[in-house]
Amino acid sequence: MAQRQISFREAISEAIREEMARDERVFLMGEDVGVLGGAFASTKGIYQQFGEERVKDTPISETAIIGFALGAAMAGMRPIAEIMRVDWMTICMDEIVNQTAKMHYMTGGRPEVAMVIRASSEGGIGLGAQHSQSFETWFVHVPGLKVVIPSTPYDAKGLLKAAIRDPDPVIFLESGILYGVSGPVPAEDYIVPLGKADVKREGKDVTVVAWGTLLPKTLNAAQTLAGEGIEAEVIDSRSLRPLDIDTILASVRKTGKLVVAHEAMKTCGVGAEIAALVQEKAFDHLDAPIQRVATPDVIIPVNRTLERFVLPQEDNVIAAVKSIV
Amino acid sequence: MQLTKQELLSMYRRMLTIRNFEEGLTAFSAQGLVPGTGHVSIGEEAVAVGACTALAEKDYVISTHRAHGHVLAKGAEVKIILAEVLAKATGCTGGKGGSMHLSDFDRNILGTNGIVGGGITIAGGVGMAIKMRQTGQVCLCFFGDGAANRGTFHEGLNLAAVWKVPTVYVCTNNQYGMSMPQCRACANVDISARAVSYDMPGYRVDGTDVIAVYEAVKGAAERARRGEGPSLVEAVAYRLRGHSMRMDQIPGGNAYRPEGEVDEWAATRDPIPIFKNKLKELGYLDDNAAAQIEAECKKEFEQASEFALNSPEPKLESAFEWIYTQEGVVQWPSVR
Repeated sequence: MAQRQISFREAISEAIREEMARDERVFLMGEDVGVLGGAFASTKGIYQQFGEERVKDTPISETAIIGFALGAAMAGMRPIAEIMRVDWMTICMDEIVNQTAKMHYMTGGRPEVAMVIRASSEGGIGLGAQHSQSFETWFVHVPGLKVVIPSTPYDAKGLLKAAIRDPDPVIFLESGILYGVSGPVPAEDYIVPLGKADVKREGKDVTVVAWGTLLPKTLNAAQTLAGEGIEAEVIDSRSLRPLDIDTILASVRKTGKLVVAHEAMKTCGVGAEIAALVQEKAFDHLDAPIQRVATPDVIIPVNRTLERFVLPQEDNVIAAVKSIV
Repeated sequence: MQLTKQELLSMYRRMLTIRNFEEGLTAFSAQGLVPGTGHVSIGEEAVAVGACTALAEKDYVISTHRAHGHVLAKGAEVKIILAEVLAKATGCTGGKGGSMHLSDFDRNILGTNGIVGGGITIAGGVGMAIKMRQTGQVCLCFFGDGAANRGTFHEGLNLAAVWKVPTVYVCTNNQYGMSMPQCRACANVDISARAVSYDMPGYRVDGTDVIAVYEAVKGAAERARRGEGPSLVEAVAYRLRGHSMRMDQIPGGNAYRPEGEVDEWAATRDPIPIFKNKLKELGYLDDNAAAQIEAECKKEFEQASEFALNSPEPKLESAFEWIYTQEGVVQWPSVR
């Protein structure tokens, strides 16, 4: 039987529907998630299926969205809260960082804070300074949170289902530019466990760790490099906290070379943490300096040419690999 | 609904328990036994006890950084709360939360909060869960006049009212946000008046009158339980001590108030003597009975102190516990 193909946004929607059907404590809330079906159509039809009690359209009140979701989680529910853009999670950072992340700890380990905070992330579609950022680093920096970024429809569905079933708060970031991308997704129930990286392509010459929009770009780069005789191993670090450093280390021990590619800013990006960990734990296996491919420390412009210029592309990955291979 | 003699005396005893706790704690703080700080609510006991007496056992409470009184009024054990404020292993969060992070899930005290206004949206969410699960509970949210100027107040009360959740918002207006007098912080000092904007009932009561607080919160809780949505109760009291025990120990740390203001409130509006006189007028209390209650409360605090002071320090490995629900997500660092 041929594998069923669905889009990334359909994978998200399916994951939510299946988990809501499976567990009556699961519900969805956020701006425009209900009647409209999401600003990016990623929750289409869920309101019509489950009704307004379990699919709650909220006012434009990011602080209340996360605060209410947290309160509901503390009283035994399993909310999925959507903040339309990761950029606006800055509005409710107290609720995410000081409240949600610390509630289990601050209450002596009593309530499970089983909630998922979804947001679209990353740029590439001309939305400019306040709608294009990548803030995974901010959340990875906060003990108590888990942070996940899928790059394929299969991972999007499996990771979201795992995140909804997880007893801890999970920040689930969806690359806006990937919503329309299709890929194989089984119709049967499955999960992709949190905390596990995935070797998306095997290779012996260099390890490239990427996530989000940089993952498909890196796979294309690896294809091009293969034509030139360079075999890159591509690791999808789809879970950033907990980080599966073991899979990365095993690959680096094999290839001796590492490139980390992400769309978030280079300075203090998660790539810097991965580079630091690899040099701490596998210094003797490194044959070249670790390279980082990331957005330089600029504000994201709307102009297509400028945006494409500042955001990392396939060519940047190829150049980084070639600089050390 | 009329309170019985027994209930009224129990309220008086609870107010004294809180007063003893916080006066004892202040003495411990002066001896350096309280890590960090703590915010006492001396002068505000009538709000804590009046509001919590209006609740059922199954009802939830969410509170603030100034919450010793709130958790004790909802029934938390004196010795466990004292051990937590002294950061001992036997405290409610094993000494990791301290004065600002108190909870007792067995008594539906879902936690106090170190961020001013942090609990307001959370309490709305607890109300939302109650409504979704149809458990017939109410969530009471304590906050202060300072928090009323946070954005969480607007977002939280608006959404709670839109969704008609069974949350009762109780604002203790103690007239100061740290050093800032409320009259300089609020364009309209009547916080209850804001309820109109959220289409919910707003009540302004004397926060030094425990029965007035009880009656307002009782009505609001009944309304919430009937499914008619949230209410806002503003209880006007006065913070008789400084912002925190730490600030009180700093020279000039309490010098922002007009001369004589604290003394006047202490002499005329201290909720405990006010209630004591009322009980005497009602014939429910005489000097002998009052002395007996005082002695019993004193003894309770002495026993709690003995427990807390002799409790062990938390184990080092506990620093890595409860960050996540599962073990092993955070590990002991191999290199530090």
